[in-house]
Amino acid sequence: MIVNKKTISQLAKVQKRLDGRALTDYRQPINVETNISWTAEGSAKVQIGDTVVLAGVKLSLEKPYNDTPNQGGIMINAELLPLSSSEYESGPPGIKAIELARVTDRGIREAKAIDMKKLCVTPGEKAWFVIIDIVTLNDAGNLFDAASLAALTALKSARFPVVDEKTGAINYKKKTDQSLPLLKEPLAVTIYKINGSLVVDPTAEEEKAHDARLTVASDSNGTISAMQKGGEVPLTIDEVEQICDLALEKAKFLREELNKALKN
Amino acid sequence: MAYKERTDGRKFDGLRPMEAKVGVIPNADGSAIFKAGKTTAYAAVYGPRELYPRFLQNPKKGIIRCHYGMMPFSGSGERIRPGSSRRAQEISMVMNNALNPVIDLSAFPNAVVDIFIGLPQTDAGTRCAAITAASMALADAGIPMKDMISSVSVGQVDGLVVADLDYNEEAYDAIVSDVPVAMTHNSQEITLLQMDGEISKDDLVKSLKLAKDVLEKVYEVQKNALKAKYSQD
Repeated sequence: MIVNKKTISQLAKVQKRLDGRALTDYRQPINVETNISWTAEGSAKVQIGDTVVLAGVKLSLEKPYNDTPNQGGIMINAELLPLSSSEYESGPPGIKAIELARVTDRGIREAKAIDMKKLCVTPGEKAWFVIIDIVTLNDAGNLFDAASLAALTALKSARFPVVDEKTGAINYKKKTDQSLPLLKEPLAVTIYKINGSLVVDPTAEEEKAHDARLTVASDSNGTISAMQKGGEVPLTIDEVEQICDLALEKAKFLREELNKALKN
Repeated sequence: MAYKERTDGRKFDGLRPMEAKVGVIPNADGSAIFKAGKTTAYAAVYGPRELYPRFLQNPKKGIIRCHYGMMPFSGSGERIRPGSSRRAQEISMVMNNALNPVIDLSAFPNAVVDIFIGLPQTDAGTRCAAITAASMALADAGIPMKDMISSVSVGQVDGLVVADLDYNEEAYDAIVSDVPVAMTHNSQEITLLQMDGEISKDDLVKSLKLAKDVLEKVYEVQKNALKAKYSQD
């Protein structure tokens, strides 16, 4: 990829972008699609501009952890497929995939978005575990926001599979109409700092030109549940405040897009 | 013969509803999506690009490398652990052999064309969907090709020779055989042939002839998808 970091940086200083967007505009189109995989208990495809991410929820019955015998669990994994960008290679997840998975995970886990106690079937013996796999189809920048939106949508669309009453075996081919016990709906918004300006929804080229970034996950009440600062340039307290304001405003925007899509 | 009616009501030579589109992954040099019933395959082609490590390079011509992968949530049972499995490696290898005969990379010494497959949902016939999608993605990427490759599985379910088996048929409680086939379109040669289950020689030949016939329909879908992107009107 040929990137003119300098041009992107100079443009940002005068509030301009290569693609003509305002600094705080998301790319279009934003598409949210559910049930894109019949084999998953819940699934979603999210498109923001040219960035496309899939998320799938699988549910399984496991023994609860020893320190939380009356709770289920969640796990989030991210795969940056070499299918989605010439920069990714096959093999075990690198630090970028690990960070993406962990930041998305914390946004949902720390918001206590899922009622873990309701996932318990038999204390100390059996509880539902929720695994969300995030897979990139085309990485054109801003995977954090796309991944978080896809993960939440997949969770919202998930339905428990039928469990055989006698054997306790899961029949993955049949779903009940029971959805996951969702208490909150956290969404992550990442704000990038490029040459002193705050930028929303960067393209892959803009990501390469960033000085710092801050991901802010928040629920519909505006309560923040997770943050992650990236990049080598420091941020001031004032900047963090500005970033939070902007991130909360943009989370509202993404939430509206999600609700619009789920209505159709 | 107990199996007279197919589990989903198709005719013996009926294919599941197909959908195809090319150019679905903007980052790739060529890409395609192919759906057959509830099996969906994405294919992305990157290259020709320089091949590393260098000892793999062929100074006479470029090579292709297939990478087949099911997404963790794409199996009809439990979650599939991410990363390469023995099954995925074998399918990648047979895909390479299925596609290689029609690809001419003599103009690209030392280069590689990578073909990545991602399956978000599966209901049998995944390698066939993968090969069909890969062939379209290669054409979309402008890779020099002598012919198109189309792929379908055929086989025998309790004495009835059928095309495009789904999972319910593969798992049917009787003698079943599953024969994934890929063929070139113009020269009508077989480039992929695997088989598991039990089948008589006569039924095998009958199956292969059936494959040849129904692959015309798969080819039409591939051709139309490419035309939809590249024809002027």
